[in-house]
Amino acid sequence: MNNQTSREVLLEVKDLSQYFRISRDKVLKAVDHVNFKIHRGETVGLVGESGCGKSTTGRTILKLYTPNTGNVYYRGKDVFTFTADEDMQYRKQAQMIFQNPHSSLNPRMTVKDIVGAGMKIHNLAKSKELDGRIEALLRKVGLNKDHMSRFPQEFSGGQKQRIGIARALSVVPEFIVCDEPISALDVSIQAQVLNMLKKSQQDLGLTYLFIAHDLSVVKYISDRVIVMYLGTIVEEAVSEDLYRNPLHPYTQVLLSSIPIADPEQVRRKKRRIVSGEVASPITPPAICRFVSRCPLADQVCREQMPPLREVEPGHNVACFKV
Amino acid sequence: MATNKIESQDKAITADLFRTVGKSIEEMEAISRPSLTFWQEAWLRIRKDKAAFIGLIILIIYTILAIFAPMFSSYEFDQQDAYAMRQTFSAEHWFGTDSLGRDLWVRIWVGARVSLSIGFIAAFINSVIGTILGGFSGYIGGKFDMILMRIIDIIYGIPALIVNILVMVVLGPGIKSLIIAMVITGWAGSCRFTRGEVYRLKEQEFVLASRVLGESTFMIIVREIIPNLMGLIITNLAMAIPAAIFREAFLSYIGLGIAPPNASWGVLAKEGAAMIRLCPHMLYVPAFFICTTVLAFNLLSNGLRDAFDPRMRGTD
Repeated sequence: MNNQTSREVLLEVKDLSQYFRISRDKVLKAVDHVNFKIHRGETVGLVGESGCGKSTTGRTILKLYTPNTGNVYYRGKDVFTFTADEDMQYRKQAQMIFQNPHSSLNPRMTVKDIVGAGMKIHNLAKSKELDGRIEALLRKVGLNKDHMSRFPQEFSGGQKQRIGIARALSVVPEFIVCDEPISALDVSIQAQVLNMLKKSQQDLGLTYLFIAHDLSVVKYISDRVIVMYLGTIVEEAVSEDLYRNPLHPYTQVLLSSIPIADPEQVRRKKRRIVSGEVASPITPPAICRFVSRCPLADQVCREQMPPLREVEPGHNVACFKV
Repeated sequence: MATNKIESQDKAITADLFRTVGKSIEEMEAISRPSLTFWQEAWLRIRKDKAAFIGLIILIIYTILAIFAPMFSSYEFDQQDAYAMRQTFSAEHWFGTDSLGRDLWVRIWVGARVSLSIGFIAAFINSVIGTILGGFSGYIGGKFDMILMRIIDIIYGIPALIVNILVMVVLGPGIKSLIIAMVITGWAGSCRFTRGEVYRLKEQEFVLASRVLGESTFMIIVREIIPNLMGLIITNLAMAIPAAIFREAFLSYIGLGIAPPNASWGVLAKEGAAMIRLCPHMLYVPAFFICTTVLAFNLLSNGLRDAFDPRMRGTD
């Protein structure tokens, strides 16, 4: 853990907010003043229920949205003040794997064009070498050269997702945002894709921001886990720490909801069930976001927003009651 | 077997105890269906759709006749014959003659040239203007989008027919003024439709993926958006053509379209309507061609819509 904190910070998100205006006086705060760091070579899991801002965070990091406040620093430089050259460099170094394999590949392009597009944009291969490079990439993700002239709709979901991975790897990136890369896949295929991601990380020394809502998947792949709730970070810790000793009441609820395959264990386990509704992310008041469902909530929680503070070394929690 | 199982329970389970049953991984990754491009597949499906195929054949026949029939006829479209007025169908005059003794067979196909080309040209120009403006409006959004959509609201707010008639009155009869009149109101529909489609497409993950790879906005529009719009643009065009033919026929019918002696189906129908008591065939013949052409286009566009619909893939 110590050597992890001393490692080079690859990406830093500082005070990032992403708001979407819904009507004249209504603002949806998808991401609200979020801070975190990602070190080179590690996998950071970003979890939370749907609509909590995980995907928006990932997309803003890759400059698909312009944030309302805050900055994203890549190797110490603000990505939103990049020059055109630096921007192209960033596009080569930071990639994304998308959630829905059926909509993330252009149905009018062949696999060869899809995988080769990045290499053409960044001039990574001469036109003669291009075919060979594409073939090698496809082989890496378990496909072969017969698939090059095929169209995306001829593939299964798992195959499509692997094509998406090949596209992301085509520009030899060092940082990949995996936006729920396996949640749209069949369970039997999930392991296959997950292992492929893990293997690529080992082979190429990649850094991942792994967005998911499936906690057992995140546990399997992540070094560190960030838990988000309604646009804010509620807990952040090293993976083992978080799963063994969850401190935030939301994280505790989240962890107790993981289904267990063993009925004996299920009977022994106490399941925590939350009551109440998820608060609305539309113009939320500056109080604890979890207050409507929290069993520990009292007056302080209804008056102030709990700051993210270090409770144990490397373990940050945003809760007054911990 | 049963005892075997119990015995092996305390042994470690190793990988060599397992073997692959059934298909190998290689076989699982293979695709058995032949590879077809988007256009090949659409063509296959159009051919299987009987109604659409009949529509297509009718249109091809009409187009060929419009081009060649007047060339191979012994009559001119404005050639009058005082001794052969208001005749019905005969070997001499296949579709009879009108009240000035002009051969209707030739006049129908000369009229078809005007009607079909106005339909094509007006619908095509509408489609091009609408697609370009709608594409920009949808992709860029913001103020440009807002202003353009309000302009379209205004165009939709005024009945198109009134605008058409006013423009024709100002510009006078003729093919050019007919096309201008129809384009002034016609582009709004395809613009609004393209905008909606682009709006939907630009949020698709494959467009985001292209942006993450550093593709320029221009290349994203050319490579990612337009190819995905083609099917819809063509379908839309096929639906806009019969509407334009109909509109031309109407304007000519009320005397604002093509001026005699030039013919279009609308002009012929108008002349026929004046003579409906004496020789009804003069109305029925052009009316038949207007109806069948519009029907054929509608059948074809229906088929095209299904053929280009990705949800219909593989359901034949």
